[in-house]
Amino acid sequence: MKKIIATIFASLSLAAVAAGGGDYKPNDPANTRLEDKASLQRGATLYMNYCMGCHGLEFSRYKRMAQDLNIQEDVLAENLIFDGSKPGDLMKTAMPNKSAEIWFGAAPPDLSLIARYRGNKWLYNYLRAFYKDETRPYGVNNTVFPDVGMPHVLEPLQGMQYLSEEGELALITEGALTPEEYDVAIRDLVNFLDYVGEPAKVKRHSLGVYVLLFILVFFVLAYFLKKEYWKDIH
Amino acid sequence: MSKDGVDSGRRRFLLWSTSAVGAVGAVGIAVPFVKSWSPSARAEAAGAPVEVNVGKMKPGQAIRAEWRGKPIFVLKRSQESLDKLQQINDLLKDPESQKDTVKQPDYITGINRSIRDDILVVIGICTHLGCVPQQREQLSPEEGGGFFCPCHGSKFDMAGRVFSGVPANDNLEVPPYSFIDDNTIIIGVDKGAA
Amino acid sequence: MTRGQQFMQWIDDRFPATKVWNEHLAEYYAPKNFNFWYFFGSLALLVLVNQLLTGIWLTMHYNPSAELAYASVEYIMRDVPYGWLLRYMHSTGASAFFLVVYMHMFRGMMYGSYRKPRELVWLFGMVIFVLLMAEAFMGYLLPWGNMSYWGAQVIINLFNAVPVVGEDLVTWIRGDYLISGATLNRFFALHVVALPIALLLMVFLHIVALHAVGSNNPDGIEIKKNKDENGIPLDGIPFHPYYTVKDIVGVAGFLFLFCLAIFYFPEGGGYFLEPPNFTPANNLKTPEHIAPVWYFTPFYSILRAVPNMEGGVVLMGLSIVILFFMPWLDRSPVKSIRYKGPLFKLALALFVVCFVVLGYLGMKPPSPLFTLLAQISTGYYFFFFIFLTFYHKIDKTKPVPERVTH
Repeated sequence: MKKIIATIFASLSLAAVAAGGGDYKPNDPANTRLEDKASLQRGATLYMNYCMGCHGLEFSRYKRMAQDLNIQEDVLAENLIFDGSKPGDLMKTAMPNKSAEIWFGAAPPDLSLIARYRGNKWLYNYLRAFYKDETRPYGVNNTVFPDVGMPHVLEPLQGMQYLSEEGELALITEGALTPEEYDVAIRDLVNFLDYVGEPAKVKRHSLGVYVLLFILVFFVLAYFLKKEYWKDIH
Repeated sequence: MSKDGVDSGRRRFLLWSTSAVGAVGAVGIAVPFVKSWSPSARAEAAGAPVEVNVGKMKPGQAIRAEWRGKPIFVLKRSQESLDKLQQINDLLKDPESQKDTVKQPDYITGINRSIRDDILVVIGICTHLGCVPQQREQLSPEEGGGFFCPCHGSKFDMAGRVFSGVPANDNLEVPPYSFIDDNTIIIGVDKGAA
Repeated sequence: MTRGQQFMQWIDDRFPATKVWNEHLAEYYAPKNFNFWYFFGSLALLVLVNQLLTGIWLTMHYNPSAELAYASVEYIMRDVPYGWLLRYMHSTGASAFFLVVYMHMFRGMMYGSYRKPRELVWLFGMVIFVLLMAEAFMGYLLPWGNMSYWGAQVIINLFNAVPVVGEDLVTWIRGDYLISGATLNRFFALHVVALPIALLLMVFLHIVALHAVGSNNPDGIEIKKNKDENGIPLDGIPFHPYYTVKDIVGVAGFLFLFCLAIFYFPEGGGYFLEPPNFTPANNLKTPEHIAPVWYFTPFYSILRAVPNMEGGVVLMGLSIVILFFMPWLDRSPVKSIRYKGPLFKLALALFVVCFVVLGYLGMKPPSPLFTLLAQISTGYYFFFFIFLTFYHKIDKTKPVPERVTH
């Protein structure tokens, strides 16, 4: 029986490895932490300022986000809501889909579930992998997502990179942040997207411990009860 | 199979303790099923507090608002109609809103049934069978202004108090509300809560 | 008589409550040598109840229309109190169901539980398995993610292999020229109403048939052959309380692993909930790599192993149909693997290996090596059933004892 359980777990962890792979470059771990509220708050601010104009989070609500991230309601209204939405509203983008299709060829996708679709690691590397490429419509390309149809919105922060012939990325113009600061900012942003992907995740993790401990107690009692009854059987 | 050497005390203890823990587990499993029936975040957002601007209202004027799908009557009362409220107590079933069945927040008391004397806020649903009453400037000369329910003829005065001799038994319900500033009330947030 | 006895008497005069209780629990004599593998029957029942309850509750918030289905699933995940838990219980439950059922079927193959007189138990069980696959397939479309959409696309297109009417049949199943709201609505109706009713009926028949003939056991001995003076099997013990308390231990152990998955691995590393399903259905964009959910992949591999569509569909169908015939294919004089010879043990072990390999290959993109591996495994899969018809002539058996062993 132990062997069987061990096998199940081994195959599960193998599956996890298989799902998390991918041979893109750069390939750094995201190291995000949902418990880090300060990081989530910074990520939310970054998202609302740089991303929300085009990419909505249409399944999440401002109010819930504020509660989960320990953001005061007045801070939420003044610094994070730019389109006059009420706190209980869904975080839809202000840009209408129709005009988006005209401007970009396709409506920029909603990013509510992007972290669950792409994974944190992919996002972390993707947002650090834009480089100058005059042959592309927006003058940039991306090593993680080749021929991406999006401009480098975070260029004022990161600066611009170029891709050397050896396939290495390096800065040619500096941005407002140092490379180290930029990595932290992106980590915050990805952390926030991870939160938005599944707002209940932190609660799920904390509740799970109690559920498992309870079942363990029940298991022990049931086991001894079974042993007690089976004393009858010879 | 034999029952020789069975420690019946131990067996009973294990049986009961396992059953008790199992019962607690069953209640725990029921929690998500029961709680998922509570209003969702969407319903909460749709039922969010509603702000009404009362700054430009003239005496006698009424505004209809909607809160949680219910019609809310906001009425600006003149000094004259406030005086009238004092005079018609004998015509009413429950002039001081003393009945247990009257629904109004703790901070709503007395004859005027309001936070500020000139502004009345009531839920526009007749306490008889749930129709929406109409506002009348004059119900009759002795009764003064108020609300008349078209379904079964129930009548309420300018404080939403029910008259005698009509089918409804209770005064109109007052929703939780409070003043954000002199000109704005918010329906759905208790006085002193914000 | 006490009040309680009087009440039971009143009931029993009108409804066979005590009789049913005794026949199926308190005086249902099960062999006393059940081992680990005998947990999975009661666990399958538990998972069925879990799926029914969480399914009913999800239906209260889900919206079966092409425009709103995807958003309503996220509404459940975010806005409905504890909706995320109900949804994960259901989605993880689907995988758990197949895991438990595969173990349950393997148990039957090991100990010859499908052999006379339990042919109908096996047949009803196989019908349950087929219904379960249909139930899982239709349920998988409901979240209306892109993997839902293209998974359904691929499977429905299999009906193109039907001669002459194939194309019309596919259109008829979809109710449209592409998978659309019409398809979603009929799948929803079948998933939440029709198939669960059929499943419940078949589970009932499965248990009635089992209780009519009595349970098999790891020794493959008929315990009814040795009875005491009261007609009670010497190797039998009342199901209640002995197997109820034992099954509760199994339930607790299972729930621990099940909750571990729900609370910490609800995506199952991308195998319970697949990443492409976190983007909405798009009829113009296929996910980069389409694979069915893990529990279908062994059969999907058999489909892909044949370089011809009609042949693949036929072979995949056959791989399930042939399981129905197991009771008549196996001619060994003994039931249980314990008293069979080394050839059978090897053959069954290889069968399991091939099934797992097929399952693994079904999740991977095809490559020449993988296709060859899938073809070899498929070949062996079918060879196993041919082997069943003749191995009794060449394999040794051990003498079966009169009474069950511990």
